[in-house]
This record gives sequence, structure tokens and C-alpha cells, in this order.
Amino acid sequence: MPPKVIVTGAGIITSIGNNVDETFQALISGQSGIQSIQVLDTVHNNDFVLGEVPYTHEELLQMAKPHPHKPLTRTALLGIIAARQACQDAGIDLNDGLKTGLVSATTVGGMDRSELFYKDFLHKAEANPFIDTHHAGNSTEMIAEMLEIKDLMTTISTACSSSLNSLMFGARLIKSGMVDRVVAGGTDGLSKFTLNGFNTLMILDKNLCRPFDAERKGLNLGEGAAYLVLENEKSARQSGKTIYAELAGYANANDAFHQTASSEHGEGPFLAMQKALHKADFKPADIDYINVHGTGTENNDLTEGRAMIRLFGDRLPAFSSTKAFTGHTLGAAGAVESVISILALQNNVVFPNLNFRTPMPEPGLTPVTETVEKELHHVLTNSFGFGGNDSSLVFSKVKKT
Amino acid sequence: MEELIEQLKKQIIEQLNLEDLEPGDIDPEDPLFGNGLGLDSIDALELIVLLEKEYGVKIENPRDGQQIFFSVKSMAEYITQHQK
Amino acid sequence: MNRVYINGISTVAPHQPFAVEAAGNSGERLSYLQVRKPEYRKYIEPKAMRRMSKIVRMSIVAAKEALQDSSVEQPDAIVTGTGMGCQADTEKFLNSMINNKETLLNPTAFIQSTHNTIGAQVALILGNTNYNMTYVHRTFSFESALLDSLMLISEGEAVNVLVGGVDEITEESHLIKTRIGYYKKEPVRDGDFYHDKQPGAVAGESASFFVLSSQKNDHSYASVDGISTFYRPSGREETAEKVRYFLKENHLTVEDVDFVLMGYNGDTEFDGIYDLLVGDLFARNTIIRYKHLCGEHDASSAFATCVAAKLFREKVIPGLMLKQGRGTVPGKNILIYNQFRNINHSLILLGRP
Repeated sequence: MPPKVIVTGAGIITSIGNNVDETFQALISGQSGIQSIQVLDTVHNNDFVLGEVPYTHEELLQMAKPHPHKPLTRTALLGIIAARQACQDAGIDLNDGLKTGLVSATTVGGMDRSELFYKDFLHKAEANPFIDTHHAGNSTEMIAEMLEIKDLMTTISTACSSSLNSLMFGARLIKSGMVDRVVAGGTDGLSKFTLNGFNTLMILDKNLCRPFDAERKGLNLGEGAAYLVLENEKSARQSGKTIYAELAGYANANDAFHQTASSEHGEGPFLAMQKALHKADFKPADIDYINVHGTGTENNDLTEGRAMIRLFGDRLPAFSSTKAFTGHTLGAAGAVESVISILALQNNVVFPNLNFRTPMPEPGLTPVTETVEKELHHVLTNSFGFGGNDSSLVFSKVKKT
Repeated sequence: MEELIEQLKKQIIEQLNLEDLEPGDIDPEDPLFGNGLGLDSIDALELIVLLEKEYGVKIENPRDGQQIFFSVKSMAEYITQHQK
Repeated sequence: MNRVYINGISTVAPHQPFAVEAAGNSGERLSYLQVRKPEYRKYIEPKAMRRMSKIVRMSIVAAKEALQDSSVEQPDAIVTGTGMGCQADTEKFLNSMINNKETLLNPTAFIQSTHNTIGAQVALILGNTNYNMTYVHRTFSFESALLDSLMLISEGEAVNVLVGGVDEITEESHLIKTRIGYYKKEPVRDGDFYHDKQPGAVAGESASFFVLSSQKNDHSYASVDGISTFYRPSGREETAEKVRYFLKENHLTVEDVDFVLMGYNGDTEFDGIYDLLVGDLFARNTIIRYKHLCGEHDASSAFATCVAAKLFREKVIPGLMLKQGRGTVPGKNILIYNQFRNINHSLILLGRP
């Protein structure tokens, strides 16, 4: 019987807080981190709102306190800050003889530096230190070096579903016995490449996004990093660790419909949610709250809504999108929203879906719009991405023994 | 208008990388999306860029694209009406 | 764990392994190796193909051919490893963004630049809604994809998995990486691949796909018996120790390994690591080189896996591939060892089916 996978530590940094406590405070007080552009140097300065982590590169360097002689990208810095928090929170002792893995995720890797220096890369003969920080594995390696994790590491990149997939792979590594614990999550720093890229798709809202609202106009981009420490239940209980939740179910499916748009009836999203419940051995009625992907785009919210109806019928649990708080943090989104889901679970509270006024005519769903106290046992979280990469996770409250 | 239509055909073929097509293969009244050439939502976005780049005509809402890009002819008409 | 078999293989590469004509010995001067272009139209409809960059086209061809080779129509999972992803499209969008000062940019290049485009396009073309994952971690990419695939089969989540390793070379990325010493500054004569005295490797590209299965059949090429990666070993002793440990976990001693494929790439700065390992462990084994057929790139271990799996069916090892040892097959165990600038090290063990 494969072991249960539990969460013993969490770390997070986004536009709404530098750590788990600050994040919780912002969520219950309805305080969004999305605002006019403060940090990113772009010609679109006045055109968009973003969920930026409100620190310059130099300030992040101060916060991360990294090795002196390694070049670090924004993505790597955010990752180091959050991953270190998670490890400290879990009280990991890397000399305890247990095998520890690192599974991270990112969509743009070191692009935040590459785009600044690309002309130099092309035209200047001398080597630029940021040439080698561009690739997706770099931020993972920098985190591994800071945390001194050596046993196993890898990086996943599946667009918006990336870090849910990290958590899923981390859980499977533990169940297989290959490692005893995993630091899993994702990180993405904002870059002009990302902002301009999404702008060409015309899915950005120039104002605050309105997930699931009839008048929604698109998403707001965000940035950040979040990591969970996943452990084998037996060894965690033996060492008396604080247990936040069980990672009870997970699944990954592909929509196989179009590169950027979801299929009409949300086939990929439906399969991901259905399989995640099946993995957890739960029925739809067991779910108390869904932290939806809910980006605020016309396509996502409609198809995700339809998929939810397909699965839950008329017994749809309370749901909300927290992307109006943090923005869409892309490669970090799955992990960010997993931390948020666990906060909900731990505190028996459902966080509000900000900026909602009117339900879409079809399927006519209404999210939770105020912070609400509710006893929660099982929470479902979704991340659906470009390329039809769709993933869902189920977190469950764990009985204290 | 004829000239504009011919020019548009060439630009569409180039922008959308429709390697196998010649301007002569495209009937100006045929639907571009769905059945006709079978273009999709990404192509619609590319056509929005094309219109702004080559003709200075801006389309703010991608939804409007459905009507404007119905056929090469409807594109030409829109450009003629809105070009400064 | 039950054995996992390779039942289908295809690679789109500069040279096919064990092809009849003399490979990697033409005498041509090369900056980097490029794939021999297949007839893409045979595999991909023009309408779908018009947006696809080289890396996506290569991958679809290799994926489709591997499936056909294995007679599997719909795999239960599609897992892809790529070190650098879609470089051409990334460069296109990035250059355009910089040169046009962030205005009037085209969406296609951005959409096609995301790392998971390859796996996504394969799923789209097959209409496959099953498990789909992409690993992007330099020379751990294919290894991670392979590990995931083995786990899926072992978990009972999949019977057949389509797994691939892909990377492309572009003029621009070659120029940039030459500046940091990854690649040789001057072109190399094809045939001098391993003897050229310049530091740096000769770059290349390939797309290699496999159908892994829990079911053995008459067509099975090999079994995948083990996989391991390690990061920045402290020195030659640790490297040797890791390799010994890996073999021991798979119930093998150094003597049991019939062939060792090693990722020699002509880099005078780092090929010595292979020599050290040969000296420490494999002085009496048959050592095989393969990168003169595909060039250095992150997913080259997928190509190496293709070479190793097909090796079981060959009778003789071609001259340039054989670094030391006897030139004839048969054998029961093949070890693939690759390292990137002494940072990322990986081991893949294959067995005769």
C-alpha cells in the first residue's frame, strides 16, 4: 500500500505577501496585490495592471541572501525565497539520512534577465553571465544549491499547470519510494516577453480582472513563487512534524483541442478534475471548496464552468478564483493556489472571488464573493494551461493523532 | 478596391504562412474562417496585427474580427472605411 | 518492479545510427550538425504545419514513426523532455519585441515558444487526452521524462507510454553559447569530431521518441532497467561511486556491463571526465561514442538510448563509434553515461529483452 503524502511545510511570495502569514492576512481582508506597474520597465507602463512582487531586483537579492558569485534571475530569487521558507517551516534537516528531492516549475525561466541583455548576447564578444541563466532548469539548480538538495532534481514546464504538475510528480516520487520527501512548487518572475506575449493574444484586462463575471475582459498577469514540503506520512509522524494537509488526489489530462483555447465543453478540465477525485477515492459530493483556475478570460471561465457542472451537476460546492488577489502567476500559479487552498482548509474559510458582479448567462454560476467561514475537509484546486495541459489536485484535512 | 484586394491576398498568404496557396486560389467573397480557408482564432489575431501594421487600422475588440475578417472583400471594405 | 520494454523507436537526427553509409566521416567542415530533413508533408497536413517550427515538425515525425513502429495507436501518456524548448520561436518573438520596441508583435511565435508546445502538438495531432507532461532541465530533461514514464507503468496508470527527447540548434543560440565556451569557435572537419583541439563541443540536434510498454513482444528492442541522475559531484571518486552504486542497485557489477555508451562530445575541457571514469571503472569494457552522429545538445541522451536499444540487433559496431574494446555484439546490458560540463550527470541502463 503506497504511503500517504502529506504537507509539512509551505513557503510563498507574491504581490499579496512575502510569506504565508502575510498571504493569509491579505486574503481574509480582501486586499488584492494587483495595481499599476511599479517594477517592470516596459513601454506599456500605463496600459496594464499587474500583480508584481513589489521589489526591485536588487531588493530581492537582499532578501534572498544568495551565494555571492552566482548570477541570479528574478525567477531564481523568488524561488529561493519561497523554497527556503518552506524548508524552514518544515524543519528539514538534510543530515537526517532521508532522501530529499526538488521538483520545481517555471514557464519563462530566466527571461527577465535575458531580455535585458539579449542585444549584448548577440553582439558583444565577451561572455555575459546571464547567458547560462536563461534555461528553465537554472532556477531549480540555484534553489537546490541554496538548500543543499542533491539527491534528485528536475523542472517541469507545462504553461499555467506547471506547478500543480510539480506537486503531483513530487507526490508520486514519494509513493514510489524513490525519495522520502520533496520540495515541490514553482516560480516565475515577470518579464516584458510575458507581458507582450499575452498582450498579442488580446486576453489581458487593462483593469482589475473579474473571474467568472459576465463582463470579464481578460486576465491580469502576476508573478511569484510557492513551494510545499511533501513527506511520507509515516516518517513525518515519527518525527513529530506539524501536518498541514494530505495531498490526497491528483491528475493530469490534455484537452487536445487547440493550442490556446479550451474545448467547448471543457473536456481536458473535466477529465483532470474527474481523475483527481478518482485518485483520492472521493465522490464529487466530498469536495467542500474549489479554488478554480478562474483567470478571468472569456474562454477559460466559460469552459471551466461547464466542466464543473458536468462533474458536480447541481451539487456544485463553494468555489472562488483567487487570481483577482495575486494575478495569474503562471508557472507558480498551481503552487500559489495550493498554499491558498491549504490556508482555506486549515482555517475553515473560503476566500472571496473579488470583482464579481453578475454571473455569466451560461452556465450561470456564482462564486463566493465575501470571506466566509465554512468547515472544510477536502479542497480541489485547478490549473489549466496553454497546450491543453490541465491538472487538478485534492488536499484533505488530516486528523491529528 | 481591386488592387487592395489583391494586395491583401498576398499579405494574408505571407502573414499566415499559407505556403500552398496563390492569390488566385482565394475568392475574395469566400469565408476565411470555418469552412473556406479554415483559419482559426490565432489567425484572427495575426490579421488584427496585419491591419494595424500595414494599414494603420486598429481593432480593439477581437470579437469584432468575426465580421471584419469574414472574407477578403469585407476586410478590404473595412480598411477603406477606416483608414486615415 | 516489472520490466519495461522499448517497443517502438524513431529518431530524426543528423545521422541515423547504424545506417549503411559512412556517418560522421564526410570530411565536410561543420559549425554544428543539423538533422536530415524528413519529408514533413508525409506526416503533417499543410494547414497544421504552417505554424510549426523545425523542432515541432521533427518531434511529430519521430512521435508518429515510433507509434507506427510499435503498432500502438493511442499511447496512455505522452511525456517529453527538452532542454531548451522551442528556441527558434523564442528568438523570433524576443527579437521582434526588442526591435519593434514592444509594439505590433505577432502572437504565433509567442504561442509556439512555450516549452510544452512539443508535447501539446503531438497530443493535438493524435487527439490524445491522456496524461501529458514536459520536463525542461538541461541534460536531465529526457532522463526525467523517462523516469516519469517508468513510474507511470509501474503505478499501473499506463500500459504504453510515448516518451521523447528533443532539442534544436539555431544559428543564434549557437552564436550566443559559443561566447560562453559551450561550442567550438571554429568549424570542425567532420571526422575530426573527437580529435579537434579547440575547447567546446560540436553542437547538434535531434528528436527521438520511444514507445515504452509493460508488454514484451517479438518486436521489443530492449528493456529499460534503470535511470539515475546526479548533480555536481565533488570529484572523480564521487562520480565513480555513484556509477558503482547505480549498477549495484540493478544487481550488476562493472564486469556485467557489456557496453558503455559515453557522451564524448569533442570538448577538450570536459571529455577527460569520461576518460577518468573509464580508467576508474571501465578499463576492460567496450566503450562506444555516439555524439558524432547527433552533436551536443541537451536531449542527446534520447538519441543515445536509440543507439543503445538498436545495438542489440546489430552484429558489428561501426569504426568511429568504437572507442575501445571488441567490436562485436551480442551482449546483455548496456549502460549510457552522459555528463554536461561536470554539472549534470546521468545514467540509463538497458537490457536485452
